[in-house]
Amino acid sequence: MKNTISEQVSMAITNGHEASNYQKSGAFLFSLAILAALVALFGPSGNQVLLFWLIVGCTGGSVIVYNYPILLEHKGIKNNGIMFSGMTSRGILAWITGMVLTGFYIILYWKSEYLAGLIKIMDPLSYLLRNNEADKWFLYGSLYTIAVIFMGIRFIIRNRHSRYQIIRTCSVMFFQLGFAFLIPSFLILMNQPEFYFSYFWPLKYSYLFPNDVKNLVDSPGGLGTFMVFWGLIMTFIATPLLTYKYGKRWYCSFVCGCGGLAETLGDPYRHLSDKSLNAWKFERWSVHLVLVFVVITTALLWINSYSNGAILGEASQGFSKAYGFYIGSIFSGVIGTGFYPIMGARVWCRFGCPMAAILGLFQRFKSKFRITTNGGQCISCGNCSTYCEMGIDVRAYAQKGENIIRASCVGCGICANVCPRGVLKLENLDEKGRFDAYIRPEVQ
Amino acid sequence: MKKIVVIGNGITGTTVARHIRKLSENEITIISSESEHFFSRTALMYIYMGHMKYEHTKPYEDFFWKKNRINLVHSEVNKIDFNQKELSLSNGNKIIYDSLVIATGSKSNKFGWPGQDLKGVQGLYSLQDVENMELQTKGIKNAVVVGGGLIGIEMAEMLHSRHIPTTLLVRESQYWNNVLPNEEAEMIGKHILSQGINLKLGVEMKEILGDENSKAKAIITSEGEEISCQFVGLTAGVSPNIQLVKNTELETERGILVNEYLETNIKDVYSAGDCAEFRNPLPDHPKVEQLWYTGRMQAEMLARTICGNRTAYQRGIWFNSAKFFDIEYSTYGMVFNQPRVGEKTFYWEHADGEKCFRIIYNSNEEIIGFNFLGIRFRQTVADSFIRNKIKIKEVINELKSGFFDPEFFESFYLPIKSSFEQYLLTKENQKAEI
Repeated sequence: MKNTISEQVSMAITNGHEASNYQKSGAFLFSLAILAALVALFGPSGNQVLLFWLIVGCTGGSVIVYNYPILLEHKGIKNNGIMFSGMTSRGILAWITGMVLTGFYIILYWKSEYLAGLIKIMDPLSYLLRNNEADKWFLYGSLYTIAVIFMGIRFIIRNRHSRYQIIRTCSVMFFQLGFAFLIPSFLILMNQPEFYFSYFWPLKYSYLFPNDVKNLVDSPGGLGTFMVFWGLIMTFIATPLLTYKYGKRWYCSFVCGCGGLAETLGDPYRHLSDKSLNAWKFERWSVHLVLVFVVITTALLWINSYSNGAILGEASQGFSKAYGFYIGSIFSGVIGTGFYPIMGARVWCRFGCPMAAILGLFQRFKSKFRITTNGGQCISCGNCSTYCEMGIDVRAYAQKGENIIRASCVGCGICANVCPRGVLKLENLDEKGRFDAYIRPEVQ
Repeated sequence: MKKIVVIGNGITGTTVARHIRKLSENEITIISSESEHFFSRTALMYIYMGHMKYEHTKPYEDFFWKKNRINLVHSEVNKIDFNQKELSLSNGNKIIYDSLVIATGSKSNKFGWPGQDLKGVQGLYSLQDVENMELQTKGIKNAVVVGGGLIGIEMAEMLHSRHIPTTLLVRESQYWNNVLPNEEAEMIGKHILSQGINLKLGVEMKEILGDENSKAKAIITSEGEEISCQFVGLTAGVSPNIQLVKNTELETERGILVNEYLETNIKDVYSAGDCAEFRNPLPDHPKVEQLWYTGRMQAEMLARTICGNRTAYQRGIWFNSAKFFDIEYSTYGMVFNQPRVGEKTFYWEHADGEKCFRIIYNSNEEIIGFNFLGIRFRQTVADSFIRNKIKIKEVINELKSGFFDPEFFESFYLPIKSSFEQYLLTKENQKAEI
């Protein structure tokens, strides 16, 4: 009796639904892109431009062709079959994808010489943008940006009934392409320090480390000093202010590159987040411990810098290295993105990101943002909780008529999107009465 | 400490149990033959459509029941001995109670159609119904759904999600026209057609034909047309599921008869939710209320009564909501398919033909009810307009405070307002001409 439905359903998709011609064409184009990437990796060099365009063009083409039938359907929620498809419900395809992604991160971080062929084909673009040869981070940045844009287009096709979703997605695409890709490249072209104006301490922890600050201030021209100021203002003034007014979504769902990738490339996996109470308990410990870790590391580095290493010696460097390795590389990269198809897209944002931790504290205790529950209209169906990428049990609040005010909520708006009864609305209202629950006058 | 037994683990049964636990230390047992744990019946369609798995539909994690000391029994009640206060279960056990709550919900209506018991013919109410539907629709070519109500359109949407060509037979001249006014009904009808459903209005089913394996193979309509199909959804409403207590000393009509305290004719036996029928419903209240929130509200009141604080059930302002494919519907207050005597109506429709707004008011210009299609609106705002009998002009002016669509969505305030002003002008001109 137990779980009979899911057992039956996982056995086979009914109606032997064969791939449509659009899907087949999409698969064909994507295969071409993969083959081109393999040729770039293992083949003789030459024809870089052709390979580059084959990879980019075929990937983009496949995303658009594959999702074209959705454009022919009436606009609305497009979650049919998500729980039946192996790719989106931890089937073998999902595991393969997860392992390839994880492996890619491991090779990129620690064995990037094996990616030489792929890095090479990025040279023309790198010279064009930065007048410099491509390195592994340029390859990574390019792939990242391509993923956000193509999968962002996919997301918009599927959610074109919602202006909130369209605007939010255009925003992350814009910030990724402009602030995290083109502007840093342009800065290099102009012989300025490479700087990401859309990342701040503590997510980009090194921006307030003594070394980075010193290098920026010492760089020729005044731009480096401006960058330090920009970082300080964004971290200590803009972050609390904007979070007070709009909640943490202003960053996590509109600006942040990690959030951007999660919302686009990671969107097919958003329902895989763990909704259990235990996961929530773990999250509260882990995300705040990472914040404590980065604060201590930063403080130690500054103490060390002021005392010229007299007090702490090598200890602060050890902390900094450990943070960079365990948190910066393993947690945010390998697990955070590599495990998308298994654990959902916001693993890093939820369990690890120190920026999210700070934003979350403001959102929970000092913000106008809430997800309002519309009276007593919730029918407890569970779509909101299922599709919450942060693993929030939205329904638990909605069915009690309570507003949802949670530190972890990134304000993606998908709960309100999938709600079949119009019960949820993200909004910024007075702080007063944020936590008040709706009680029918008759029940009082 | 009392022993309280609840039959049925739907929204009503579990809400009674949860609230009794909040109010008391009584021993609580819930019995269900349908599922081990409470799940959301409203989400059944989404399991079939692959939006959710069964476990997603459970509003509480499995540890919840033990933690709150609510015993769950997964078995069927065969017989109730009201004198001995004893239940006999299909697993052979007997359970004794001090107070009994019967919350057995509904069952799908079957009107004696020839062939209604063939394989591949079913309603949609229980978890088992979805399991059956999963099996019976595997690899089929065509399906027919009979009934122009809320479950009928859900079933059509479910089948559609599996790319099964579906015909929807509606007896009325428009979809759900016994509830929706013409304009709304027509709008939904167009939407159903635009989704690729073969909507047949004003058509009934006469009989279902079976093949040699007694599996449905076609239906015959009231027009004599034969429609080939391997699955027939029967969704002509639901009625109280009271088989268990029929022909016992418990008084029943359509449902188990209860007063406003949800007390039956037998002491310490209560009934609430879909299976209960009010002896003396208030004006504008149906005898049997088959809604999610009414079950929940009845249950909360009943928990108080059982715990010693005898409380009458009062529903308050009516509201309801649904989703017809991609169009959301919500209604507040009393909106009938035709304005009642002395009532007037103002209707606004968006140019895209998929959003509309209706308001009903009386001769004193006081607001009685709203309909919304494709527009989200705050229940608290609509509720207080109606409760406080606000005049229509003021309501239209204040409408802005109620819209509940996501941020950046199109605003409907000004279009509705200017359309209303136009409407007033036309009315005055008409008066002047007379």
